[in-house]
Formats: sequence, structure tokens, C-alpha cells
Amino acid sequence: MAKTLYDKLWDSHVVRQEEDGTCLLYIDRHLMHEVTSPQAFEGLRLAGRKAWRNTSIVAVPDHNTPTNNWDRDIEDPISKTQVDTLDANIKEFGSLIYFPFKHKNQGIIHVIAPENGATLPGMTVVCGDSHTATHGAFGALAHGIGTSEVEHVLATQTLVQKKSKAMLVKVEGALGAGVTAKDVALAIIGKIGTAGGTGYCIEFAGSAIRGLSMEGRMTVCNLAIEAGARAGIIGVDQITIDYLEGREHAPKGEQWNQAVEYWKTLHTEEGAAFDAVVEMNAAEIEPQVTWGTSPEQVLAVGGNVPNPANEADPVKRAGIERALQYMGLQADMPITDIQIDKVFIGSCTNSRIEDMRAAAVVAKGKKVAANVKLALVVPGSGIVKRQAEAEGLDKIFIEAGFEWREPGCSMCLAMNADRLSPGERCASTSNRNFEGRQGPGGRTHLVSPAMAAAAAIAGHFVDIRQA
Amino acid sequence: MKAFTRLNGLVCPIDRANVDTDAIIPKQFLKSIKRSGFGPYLFDEWRYADFGEPGMDCTNRPKRPEFALNQARYQGAQVLLARDNFGCGSSREHAPWAIEDYGFRVMIAPSFADIFFSNSYKNAILPIVASAEIVDRLFKECEATEGYKLDVDLEAQTVTTPSGFSFSFDITPHRKHCLLNGLDDIGLTLVHAEQIKAFEAKHKAQQPWLFA
Repeated sequence: MAKTLYDKLWDSHVVRQEEDGTCLLYIDRHLMHEVTSPQAFEGLRLAGRKAWRNTSIVAVPDHNTPTNNWDRDIEDPISKTQVDTLDANIKEFGSLIYFPFKHKNQGIIHVIAPENGATLPGMTVVCGDSHTATHGAFGALAHGIGTSEVEHVLATQTLVQKKSKAMLVKVEGALGAGVTAKDVALAIIGKIGTAGGTGYCIEFAGSAIRGLSMEGRMTVCNLAIEAGARAGIIGVDQITIDYLEGREHAPKGEQWNQAVEYWKTLHTEEGAAFDAVVEMNAAEIEPQVTWGTSPEQVLAVGGNVPNPANEADPVKRAGIERALQYMGLQADMPITDIQIDKVFIGSCTNSRIEDMRAAAVVAKGKKVAANVKLALVVPGSGIVKRQAEAEGLDKIFIEAGFEWREPGCSMCLAMNADRLSPGERCASTSNRNFEGRQGPGGRTHLVSPAMAAAAAIAGHFVDIRQA
Repeated sequence: MKAFTRLNGLVCPIDRANVDTDAIIPKQFLKSIKRSGFGPYLFDEWRYADFGEPGMDCTNRPKRPEFALNQARYQGAQVLLARDNFGCGSSREHAPWAIEDYGFRVMIAPSFADIFFSNSYKNAILPIVASAEIVDRLFKECEATEGYKLDVDLEAQTVTTPSGFSFSFDITPHRKHCLLNGLDDIGLTLVHAEQIKAFEAKHKAQQPWLFA
């Protein structure tokens, strides 16, 4: 029977299977950050256990780390304790890669693993972080886990899992000018809903997906979790292989050739069956802006904020009313009339070099609007930051009135000092517009890097195709 | 892990769809390096009128009276009744830690987000998926009946309402066994350590670059 990519990745990692279908799945790569790991290490210590294979571990502190004034260290003592705890745990248990705070390559875990060649096709990749789905862009089976599972992987190098159903999301055709991977992902979430992918592993395919760079593919897979799917995957092709060649932890020499030969088999076979198929026409996807408090509450930039009176389902209607109230928006108002207070360009969704470039193109020679109090650009890693600086992007941002910061998760979830104040409205390239996500009472609109930069310049949302 | 067998528990309704884990336990509380003590901050932003900080004593914080957890009739609740896609978003296990620490042992909803669903079992919380019609009925009955309790029997895989209406739910034999006996996975998995080692050796021979 023809196999899906998901079948291949799954089958090649099953250590054993119980009668009820519960499997022990072998884990190749264990990514870690400071927020979801301390209790797992503590559990290991209490049980007198060691890490099963510490060379599977890639770790970095990213959630709590400040993005400016590094000379002042981490000023919040509770954040500092958490970061220090990761330092101590890695020192005790070991790792393949560890970039402590202020290391030149430090950054967001989902940015540093791929750029260092530590995410490879055919791997199983886990992390105590839902955006682990990102790594599926490489034809790897990657998903977020809880802290108990982090401890389980540390102790046994396996996870107890049942196989998910398989969904194919096929995007065919050419994307219009100004339409990015972020818009594709948001449009998919808008179509299938935030629970549309629950219980599934989503494979993204079609000519529009194949046409994306690795950075774009990572953005799409990153957002699989916002569609409810633990994992999103994309088959390996030459773009994948070209991205990996020469990266520090990618195989070299004869092993590289062997690996590439195997990686080329990592795609869905002709005629393989999926449990669900969603098809989209790339040409119909427009730049997207979320208006509500769930990523599925999203519209094309030319649209109007929905009117709850038009919704028949009472639970959904109440959801729209609550979202409008929280977001401080009027029903039926044009998206482009929404004024913003802050801009955030960064996060594991959109902080890679291509994202920096896309925002810089828009910002070049312009000025941030007077009503925008803060426009932050936070590169995803030290490597991204240095590359952007080598290209002069930092100067473009600074001259336009943006702040150019040090790498980290920053205002995506506001665990450090970068946050929204109550009622503030933000154009953000991050992944979640939940209530309070970017700071209590903060209002988040998710957009692409180019759309965020354009909103910073205009002071309100604009259609990037007309900017 | 605590065992779960049977519970006759007071129900507290959270009548919203897509409740995310940021709402269940906001990010500032994730800075803790402990597993315990999250219960007082469960649903912090919906529950309190001020801004919660880790370590805060919640006894005298201003509460939002309209929120279910603050209403007298739901004090001591052990069964959380929710809508679709409960627990979506971040994988933070702090969410089930907060729910368990507060005192909930059972959650009933039409659907749960995958990672949250799996995290719940690891903390001796039983997430029950019921049809939207049944959940709607439970919401209505709970609203109409003060002291509304449900009888949850894991062995029989049934939930029974005060009026005697009963429905059954699914759970994998593996999870049921672990919950009924209070077993956590690591010990069970390590029974198969030799099999894992054998797999690892074969895997390494096939894809040596994964072990470089």
C-alpha cells in the first residue's frame, strides 16, 4: 500500500506497539528551553536517573531572556532563576548543543536548531513547546510535548504515542505579489479552524508550498499547531537539501551522500490515502489580518470586521461578541481603519533572515507613524542578527524608527520585559492573538512581516499590495 | 501519580469555546521551576480584577464575581465542564498542573486540544470527550441545578447525571490502566529498556548521521 510521508516517519521510529495501538516511538532530537524543562530534570534527579542519550539534546534559554541592555544581565530575579536552572541542568546532564544567554548564537530554539543543522529530515523531534511543529518543514516528525513527556524522553529516549490521522492540505498555484507563507498559513487556519487539525498530522503540499523557501515552509509548519495539529510536515526536495548542506551539525562527506539518498525517499507516495484532504487555490489567498482572539478569527486585509448578528451558531456568536469587546473593535469596520499602538516583528514564526528582509524592504526610507509608540524588530538568533547586520537591515530599521533588538521570544508571549500594556493594540508577526498573550489586556493582530512593517509606517493596517 | 477510579463531583461550567492554555495559566506563572502551587492562579485574568504575579497571596485579591470559579455555588468543584477545543495553544503542562492543584479531577468537553489532552492524563486528570448535544445538556442542567454533581466511573467508562441519565466515554486501555492504578509512564517504559537499546542500535546502523 502506498505510504504517506507521515506513515514513513512513524513506521521508522516504532520501538514497540501495544494491542490498543499505543506505541513507543523513538526520539532522535530533543529540543529544550528554560520554561518547560526544570520540572523534568528535577523528576529525573529525584528518581536517580540519567539522560538516556544526552547528545540528542539541543538547548537554549529563549523565553525569559531580555532583548536589550544585555550588560545588565537578567533583571527579573524569577526569570534569572529559570535561566540559571537550565544552565545548571545542562551542565549536570549534558547536551549536543547549548547556547547560554548572551552566547553569540543564542536565539529561539526553533530558529537555532535548523540553522545549525540539528534538525534533519527523517528525524523525530520533540520539545516542551507547541511550536516544535516548525521542524516538520524538513520532512521530520516534530511536535510539542508536555513536561512529563520531556522527562519521559530524557529518561527513555522514547514517547508513548498513538498514531494520529493524516490530513493533506494542498495549496496549488502561484501566490500573488505581497502574499507570504504567513498569509497561506493564516488562510488555512481561517478555513479549517483552530480545531480543524485536532487529532491529525497535517502534510502541506502543492505547488505553492513547494515554491516556498525553507524559511517560508517553517512558518507554515510552525502554525500547524494553531490549526490544532500537533505536527505539520512537508516532503523533502532539493530546497530542503540545499538548505542543509554545509550546516554545522548536518552530515558531511560520505555520510552526507548516504543521508541525501535516504532523504529523497521522504515524501508521500503516489496514491497514498489521507483521512482528510483540504484543497486551496494559492491565487485566491490575500494578505491576512486576524481581528479576534483566536487565530481562526482572520480575514483578508480588504475585509470588514464581522458582525455577530450574522452568526447563527449561539456559541460562535458569543465568541465573536466577546472577541470584539476584548479587541475594542466595532462590527463591520474595515480592517484598514484599525489604528495600532505597537509593532512586533519576531517570534519562532517570523524571525528568520527572509522575514527580516521582507520587513526591511517595506521600511526602507520610511518613518514609523507618530501614533506607533514602539516598533520592535527581534531577530530569531545571533546568526540571523549578524546576517541582517551584514546586509545593512539593522540600519534600515533604525533609520525608520524601529528598535533593533537582541534575539529571543520577546513579545510573542511577553515573559520578558517586552509586552503590551492593557488596551494597547499590536501588529504582530507572532502566532497567537489570545487574550493577554502579549501582555494582560493587550490586543494582538497577527500578520506577515511585510504587513507588520507597512502597518508601522502607516499607523494602521494597510494592504501591502497598495503600500 | 494519584490513581483515579470513581468520583461523584460538583460541576463547574466554563462556557466558552477555544479556551487556550494562556487563559488557563498566564505566562508570568510559568517562571516557576516547581510543579505545584498553580491552583490559586488558575484562569488568573478571568478570575481576578488585578494583575497576578507569581508568589502573590490570592486571598484578598479583587475577584471578578461573574466568573464561575468565584461563585459560591461552584466552590469545591471537581468536574470542569467546557466547550470545544478546550486547552488549545501552548503545550505548557502548567495548565493541567493548575487545574489539578485547584481540585479538578475530571474535565468534560466536546473536544480537547491534543497536547493538553495528553498532558492531562499524566497528572491524574481524566478528560472526557462527549458529544456537543450531551455537553449542551450538561451545561443546561448545571445552570438550572444548584449543587449539580456528576458520577464518573472510570472502570465502567460512564458518566451519570443526578436524574439518572448516563453516557459512556472512550479511553485507550493503556491510559485507563495507568489512571486506575496511578502508574506513570517512565517506569512502565523502562521495562522495555532492552528493546529500546536494540532499536537504537539498528537505527544507528541505518542512519548513523542521526547520532553524530
